[in-house]
Amino acid sequence: MARMAWRSAILNLLKQWGLSLNGKDKIKAQEVSQVVGALKIKPPQPRTFMRGMQTVTLIPGDGIGPEISTAVMKIFEVAKAPIQWEERNVTAIQGPGGKWMIPPDAKESMDRNKIGLKGPLKTPIAAGHPSMNLLLRKTFDLYANVRPCVSIEGYQTPYSDVNLVTIRENTEGEYSGIEHVIVDGVVQSIKLITEQASQRIAEYAFEYAKNNQRASVTAVHKANIMRMSDGLFLRKCREAAEKHKDVKFNEMYLDTVCLNMVQDPTQFDVLLMPNLYGDILSDLCAGLIGGLGVTPSGNIGAHGVAIFESVHGTAPDIAGKDMANPTALLLSAVMMLRHMGLHGHGQTIETACFDVIREKKVLTKDLGGNSKCSEFTEAICERVRHLV
Amino acid sequence: MAAHTAAMSMSKIFNPFWGGRLGQTVKVFGTTLTSHRNKTGNVFLQQQRDDIPPPAKYGGRHTVTLIPGDGIGPELLNHVREVFRFSCVPVDFEVVHVNSALESEDDINDAITAIRRNRVALKGNIETKHTMPPSVKSRNNLLRTSLDLYANVMHCQSLPGVQTRHKNIDIMIIRENTEGEYSSLEHESVPGVVESLKIITRTNSLRIAEYAFRLAREKGRKRVTAVHKANIMKLGDGLFLQCCREVASDYPDISFDSMIVDNTTMQLVSNPQQFDVMLMPNLYGNVVSNVCAGLVGGPGLVPGANYGRDYAVFETATRNTGKSIAQRNIANPTAMLLASCMMLDHLKLYGYATMIRNAILTTMNETRLHTVDIGGQGTTSEVVQSIMRIIQSKGPLISEL
Repeated sequence: MARMAWRSAILNLLKQWGLSLNGKDKIKAQEVSQVVGALKIKPPQPRTFMRGMQTVTLIPGDGIGPEISTAVMKIFEVAKAPIQWEERNVTAIQGPGGKWMIPPDAKESMDRNKIGLKGPLKTPIAAGHPSMNLLLRKTFDLYANVRPCVSIEGYQTPYSDVNLVTIRENTEGEYSGIEHVIVDGVVQSIKLITEQASQRIAEYAFEYAKNNQRASVTAVHKANIMRMSDGLFLRKCREAAEKHKDVKFNEMYLDTVCLNMVQDPTQFDVLLMPNLYGDILSDLCAGLIGGLGVTPSGNIGAHGVAIFESVHGTAPDIAGKDMANPTALLLSAVMMLRHMGLHGHGQTIETACFDVIREKKVLTKDLGGNSKCSEFTEAICERVRHLV
Repeated sequence: MAAHTAAMSMSKIFNPFWGGRLGQTVKVFGTTLTSHRNKTGNVFLQQQRDDIPPPAKYGGRHTVTLIPGDGIGPELLNHVREVFRFSCVPVDFEVVHVNSALESEDDINDAITAIRRNRVALKGNIETKHTMPPSVKSRNNLLRTSLDLYANVMHCQSLPGVQTRHKNIDIMIIRENTEGEYSSLEHESVPGVVESLKIITRTNSLRIAEYAFRLAREKGRKRVTAVHKANIMKLGDGLFLQCCREVASDYPDISFDSMIVDNTTMQLVSNPQQFDVMLMPNLYGNVVSNVCAGLVGGPGLVPGANYGRDYAVFETATRNTGKSIAQRNIANPTAMLLASCMMLDHLKLYGYATMIRNAILTTMNETRLHTVDIGGQGTTSEVVQSIMRIIQSKGPLISEL
């Protein structure tokens, strides 16, 4: 699009200037991001005003993936959501030069549609290629992982009233993958924190808080020990907080957050953190509401790409037996609808899903019942018809 | 001297009372661990160290270094001294103040020297202002690395008197205390790009794994779980895991398994009863120990110990400064008092340790005098008074009359 070309031209120009001026790189970097921010393509809310169907790339995945994707498609059809699905399969193939990549038709579809819904992908051990999720992340520069954790009324856990969102930086930090054996018996693993990535994720977190009516953002860190790295991360968070004064901002140590999270999770709202802490904390929060089988998740990437996914595994032991629980993928799809601005449809489907779980009449095995996946899906469809 | 220490160690092996008294045993076994693990069956009789100085015990009284720290540290340690004085415990405290606001390291070096002299310390947490430049390192971390306190041991047990969401938790957490992510090796390669190094070494991993399995065997534990993230950090955590497996093969009576850290936290909040002994590197240890402390009732209840080959430092497990509740007489003294009991065990004053511990647990479980953090309304001084009352009523002097 012309807008994209214009934006990338400015970016290149600024980069050139930044490179040519020695010693002022830091300032230039800030200016670049400010200019880019102003030119940034807004999240695709204007799409609601587009007539007609919205095309979304659907990646069913492996194992129970196809079953739960079919369930979600069926529910969306009943809810009359204006979504058209484009199914693609993602496997790792070796491109020219030996680099592993995803199939070009999948990449092209995603670049075109910008929004994707993904089921669980399996990575065979000793496959020789990096994990599928890692490949997707690298291909689309998915820098933010967002996981809203809300207690589900019908599914009892020792923790009720959980209502928080974890936003995790997804590209660098401890998971940079840069490791080496210095001498035999001594291994060094590098944790990388860059200004650019920290700024990007901090900006996103505050925007998310604003768009979703969240009151406060808490940055989680360990700057008392990792002074420089987490210190840089914190500085960027503080700067972003200055620009968004309507959202409260505070900082908390990782250990304090863990301690308080298991005692009283209601005190947290939006949590913003680097990669490793985010990994641990987002799974901790998922555990609070009932596990990965009921947790939605979204990955936001550069250029407006967003892929929503279910984070559980492929469950090969129950694949094909109509026993899977589509809740995680369904809630991720609801998250997708909200991201696209289709709040009405999202609310309908979410309410239907929660109602069915609350009634406890038709539940899949992992939720405590013994119905089949298709029965569960049918119950939700029934409810949707009732609500629509 | 060598024969004497050898005899002492042999008697310790067969002494049924050595249950929780690990400090001495660590000294015996610490030297066995070099880069090639000694695979002889009887690791007890390795080379004894003749140059370990005798403990600071003169005239029957021990001297222990006391570092008040910041926040609630000073007031809680005052209560500890009060209880010790009241119970006539033969321990004298050498108080060393560390001022965290200063940039120079003289204070902490003095404290370290004092601990080297007395070999045992009881400390509150020293605050680290993370707004200071990176050259000012965390004082607590400096202490741990200088004294090579490689094992952090924490025992999380559900107390019957405390209301929690999960019951019957009994987890022992052993955390590597000196390397891993806490090596404080950071640099800014170019402006805006910072690298922080996480170091994992074979020697330290073997050392901590040996410690964990030995502890598990002593305490009669059946299962050790190693917590890691080796699917992502293949070399670093891979090495750690490999060392754990090597050590596990020498302890066939204890089952060993491993779990990825994010799955571990998820399991901890849904089903913590499945864990027995957990072993992990530094950062995951931080997360898991705080989660477990939260599960059993909060930071005010769990004591922690840092053991090295020659030194032992006792403190609260979650290492909180508690600035917001300092000086208000609402802090929970349980963790610090239980830590002091662990210290008494380490000094082999088992009688006093049991007496004070029972008094604390009676106050917690029977009298149910709780401070604010566990849902009660008592003040710190009320709890301490209650403990001293119980010591007086059940103490040995009374029973002899």
